Amino acid sequence: MSRTSDQKLAAFTAMESGVLQATWYQGADVSWFPWGKLRSFAHAVLQRLLPWFVPLLLVSVWQISSVQGWISVRVLPAPLSVVDAAWALAESGELWKHVQISAGRALLGLAVGGGLGLVLGLLTGSIRWAETLLDSTIQMVRNIPALALIPLVILWFGIDETAKLFLISVAVFFPIYINTFHGIRNVDVGLIEMGRTYGLSQWGLYRHIILPGALSSILVGLRFSLGLMWVILIVAETISAQAGIGYLTMNAREFLQTDVVLVGILLYAILGKLADVFAKALERYWLRWHPGYQ
Amino acid sequence: MTHTTSTTPAGDFLGGVRLDIQNLGKAYGQRQVLHNTQLTIEPGEFVAIVGRSGCGKSTLLRLVAGLETPTQGKLQVDGQDVAGLRDDTRIMFQDARLLPWQRVADNVALGLPESHHDDAAKVLAQVGLGDRLNEWPAKLSGGQRQRVALARALVHNPRLLLLDEPLGALDALTRIEMHALIEKLWRDNGFTALLVTHDVQEAVALADRVILIEDGTVSLDERIDLPRPRSRGDGQFAALEKRILDRVLQHPDEEQPPANDEAWPGLPAHGLRWAI
Repeated sequence: MSRTSDQKLAAFTAMESGVLQATWYQGADVSWFPWGKLRSFAHAVLQRLLPWFVPLLLVSVWQISSVQGWISVRVLPAPLSVVDAAWALAESGELWKHVQISAGRALLGLAVGGGLGLVLGLLTGSIRWAETLLDSTIQMVRNIPALALIPLVILWFGIDETAKLFLISVAVFFPIYINTFHGIRNVDVGLIEMGRTYGLSQWGLYRHIILPGALSSILVGLRFSLGLMWVILIVAETISAQAGIGYLTMNAREFLQTDVVLVGILLYAILGKLADVFAKALERYWLRWHPGYQ
Repeated sequence: MTHTTSTTPAGDFLGGVRLDIQNLGKAYGQRQVLHNTQLTIEPGEFVAIVGRSGCGKSTLLRLVAGLETPTQGKLQVDGQDVAGLRDDTRIMFQDARLLPWQRVADNVALGLPESHHDDAAKVLAQVGLGDRLNEWPAKLSGGQRQRVALARALVHNPRLLLLDEPLGALDALTRIEMHALIEKLWRDNGFTALLVTHDVQEAVALADRVILIEDGTVSLDERIDLPRPRSRGDGQFAALEKRILDRVLQHPDEEQPPANDEAWPGLPAHGLRWAI
């Protein structure tokens, strides 16, 4: 038994290393053909396609199941009808309107909450008395989940735009605040001492050493915030909205348009992915000095 | 920022400073790190400070740099008391302390006025890195990083260069190359140099005088009168190195046996020291 498995193994490794292929074309002169290049090209293509294999398989199974009637269209419409629904929404311009409104809310919330987190993080990170004054309060408030504020927020702001903006701002504030604070505190003191001995002013120290040193940590905070931003947006828009992706899906739910609901969910996925790609691009640009990003 | 010295890079002979240290002491709380330290360094002199770890040699350097304030005594540069950081003093640290997010040329230009940024390239060429101006520090080897740090110190035309074990982390070959480079730049620029090191060979190779610090005070001041450039194979060099090294090791220390075992029977009293 072991002999045959050994033979199999040998044959397999021979095939792997290309020895087997080499034997069958030995007779004819095919040395002009760039086998090596072809193999590495095929390998590269396979590497690119492989991650798509499982999603494609799932979508195919889904499509076949829907067409065959194994899954009710009310539960899960066929992928093609989701594409149709998306196409129809895009053509009527409704899709863009809702995406625009949702993205606008998300980004405005990020700008307000993230900006505030950045400024306060820089302040408490850099100035000792600011930390003493503010940090313990902020850490206390941080432990309240943003979503727990919903009843209060509705009482304060109604079900208006302000309520959504407030929720998103509160949620994105903390990751950016904490990471900015720690980024600044973790800047190498040796570098700061060096900067002082080389005649940098306070502002020079900040601009050349402290801020760039904290940047990688701040960007981590930004990526956390981007993730939270979409989650809060979805919840906020589902509670009540007159426009936006959440409104689109909730509206579709009432009319049992499951395909439109799916379009909404996919839109959130795409927007989330886009935000992440954007944050990664920022990291690649701003941290291009870092061996980890080269 | 006031630049008291002219800032053309490495060309003008500006001369070094004179350093006067009298009765200098430094204590951190109850712990006395330096005491009664006396040292005078002439302008343009190259002085190496050796000693075991924790003997206070780095503290002395930080005091001279103005990074720490003495608790006793006087510390004068060119007759003026040292109070804080000085524009004519630059330090090279053991780790290069380059800003990883700035390219090599910008690292060297750090703290230079805008009008002198071109000097960075000239000084980098002097340390043999004229072709790496736009490289990130992370791409450089340890020796190259220290060259950049050296260029960054020299671009300010310091009159006093403080070297805090700058070559401690480098391999032996790179270290010998760096010795030659530092010696050449010192001779060209004429600054006063104060090198802290635990490598006696390095001290003998570079310095006009080797100072030994033990228990927080100067315990040996040895003039090295070897012609430059010095060769390590030289008999006189080796003899001097051995003498200083023996003197460093002779100091009582828990891990060290008494220096002179075979002289035990009937030895003169000064040869014996207790290892406590």
